[in-house]
Amino acid sequence: MSLLDFARGPALQWSVFIFVAGTLWRLLGVLLLRTRKDLSAPRKDAAWKGLRLIALRSWPRKEFLGGTAFGEVMGYAFHIGFLLALFFFVPHVLFFADIARGLLGTDLHGLTGLHWPTLPNGVVTLLSAISIAALVAVLIHRVVSPVKRLISNFDDYFSWLVTIAPLATGMAAFAHLGGWPYERLLAVHILSAELLLVWFPFGKLMHAFTIFAARGATGMLFERKGASL
Amino acid sequence: MTREPDPLEFDQPRVSIRKPEHRFDSQGEVPDATRVERAMNSFVRDFGRTAAVYMESCIHCGMCAEACHFYEVTQDPKYTPIWKLEPFKQAYKREYGPFAFVYRALNLKPKVTADELQQWQHLIYDSCTVCGRCSLMCPMGIDIASLVSQARHGMFKAGLVPHELAAVTERARREGSPLGATPKVFADRCEWLADEHDVEITIDKPRADVLCAMSSIEIMKYPESIVATARIMKHLGADWTFSLDGYEATNFGLLTGDAATQKDLTLKIIHAAAACGARVVVLPECGHAYTALRWMGANMYGKPLPFKVMHIAEFLAEQVRTGKLRLRKLGKTATFHDPCQLVRRGGAIEAPREVLQALGVELREMYPTKGANWCCGGGGGVVAIHRADELRHKVFKIKMEQIEQTGAELPVTSCANCRQTFDDGQAHFKWDKTMYSLLELVADNLIEDDQ
Repeated sequence: MSLLDFARGPALQWSVFIFVAGTLWRLLGVLLLRTRKDLSAPRKDAAWKGLRLIALRSWPRKEFLGGTAFGEVMGYAFHIGFLLALFFFVPHVLFFADIARGLLGTDLHGLTGLHWPTLPNGVVTLLSAISIAALVAVLIHRVVSPVKRLISNFDDYFSWLVTIAPLATGMAAFAHLGGWPYERLLAVHILSAELLLVWFPFGKLMHAFTIFAARGATGMLFERKGASL
Repeated sequence: MTREPDPLEFDQPRVSIRKPEHRFDSQGEVPDATRVERAMNSFVRDFGRTAAVYMESCIHCGMCAEACHFYEVTQDPKYTPIWKLEPFKQAYKREYGPFAFVYRALNLKPKVTADELQQWQHLIYDSCTVCGRCSLMCPMGIDIASLVSQARHGMFKAGLVPHELAAVTERARREGSPLGATPKVFADRCEWLADEHDVEITIDKPRADVLCAMSSIEIMKYPESIVATARIMKHLGADWTFSLDGYEATNFGLLTGDAATQKDLTLKIIHAAAACGARVVVLPECGHAYTALRWMGANMYGKPLPFKVMHIAEFLAEQVRTGKLRLRKLGKTATFHDPCQLVRRGGAIEAPREVLQALGVELREMYPTKGANWCCGGGGGVVAIHRADELRHKVFKIKMEQIEQTGAELPVTSCANCRQTFDDGQAHFKWDKTMYSLLELVADNLIEDDQ
């Protein structure tokens, strides 16, 4: 079995399994915990309106912007770059369609007649570069900032590594860098993405899911009291 | 070993116990391992879904530091709010989280030690007012302040509470009041105040529509607040009373993390209100008393409260709205210091402002204000801790600057604990601004029928 076959075959299957099972285990492990009914008389009955905090907290209140702008801007830069490259790069879309056909016997086009949109390769390259630059910036900030340095642990650095790795290996594969055969570059790229999937449930990458639960819970608790969101 | 109760100190701008010659910052004589076990068991015992979600969500972005006044004035990273919970986060991952078995099996998170907890006492008590400003900043939406309160439960169980807080909580448990405002002291004070100020102060009326409570700080340091409450109730023609079974709204159980004492103190007021058939319990100018009864009372009681709970500012605002409270116009400029537990975390944001408007003041808001306002630095029990004075005074400079920038003539607040923090800061910095009580301003400006 070639490295590429391994990456596309058993490694993919196992990494997706670990990702799904681990994520469900961790999410259900907290979401299924009991919660006590709050017996205090609410100030506002429609506590669900506090769910707006999920959107609201996506940008800091103006009072806090000064000290956090760097983190916010860099955070958005690498998240947006990463997600756009992941979901709208032509080879990725073909790869996902291939998996969908393998699992469901059809793809998005077959199901709905719609085409998944894609971005031109040049745009994806630029987005990936921006994402990598922003990730490097946040790593430097993590090391240089006394606050972030103090509160950081293995998870922070390893999660950074598994996030930047697929971007870097993807760009290397696309540009045929390093003098390696394309197949090997591609295999390394796929393996790096699989490493991200395997690490995902165990580290802070889980915030991709828990962010909604945490913001939502706080939003509803605070809205009930009429407290500041 | 039992010690004599610490003497109280009433001749200083803030009320606490006298500065202890020898500090006892750990209580009970138990092995270190037992302390840690008790702390962590207590911390995770009540770990519901929300707290667990919070624990799973921190991405170590460090942005909460920007919201914390203790970090703001020191730029010391140890004051980063989420760092104040580090041993507890560690214990959560190791003992309780969904992957705890992995962390334990591979020893990925070392066991928390008693030494660490002792070091963290400074971070969990001296340098956190549980003001919740960080909770407003966290991009993940983690209510960090609620986790600090939960950590305080653990610290209490471990017997690792700062000397002063342990002493006043112990006194509250024994006497019903942390600062010596026993039923006899309260009754004597009321009698003396009624004579001195020629006002009727109703105590232990068998049936009453409104039950009022005071805070120890008011009873012992600002007794004019008792007079003010009585005057306002008379002005409104209210059917009201104090009850010697439940007059003390201060709840050091909440601040210390002593859940049993918190419940006992809360139940006193609840039972007193039920006994006199009160429709409304009016809480004093005290932020955490509001949290303790308004938002936690029913949960302590185990069922919804059979009466409405209002902070005095909310009660006054309601009387302004119905036109019953008639006030002289002050014609001055004022600025309002938002007590964190009342405003940011309590939701009574506009009520004190409505009352100020009724007093005819030109309100000059601080920046930031309302939910994002800076804490005075004395909340959460911090003002009582002597060794925290230096740090607290640094933090207080933020408030002085904020208030100076408004150029307002009257700084006003509606929390006796904030007020004494301001009095202490004023004395320390020889500042020319005195903090006013909203309650007393109202009482001093009532329009009586014969006027």
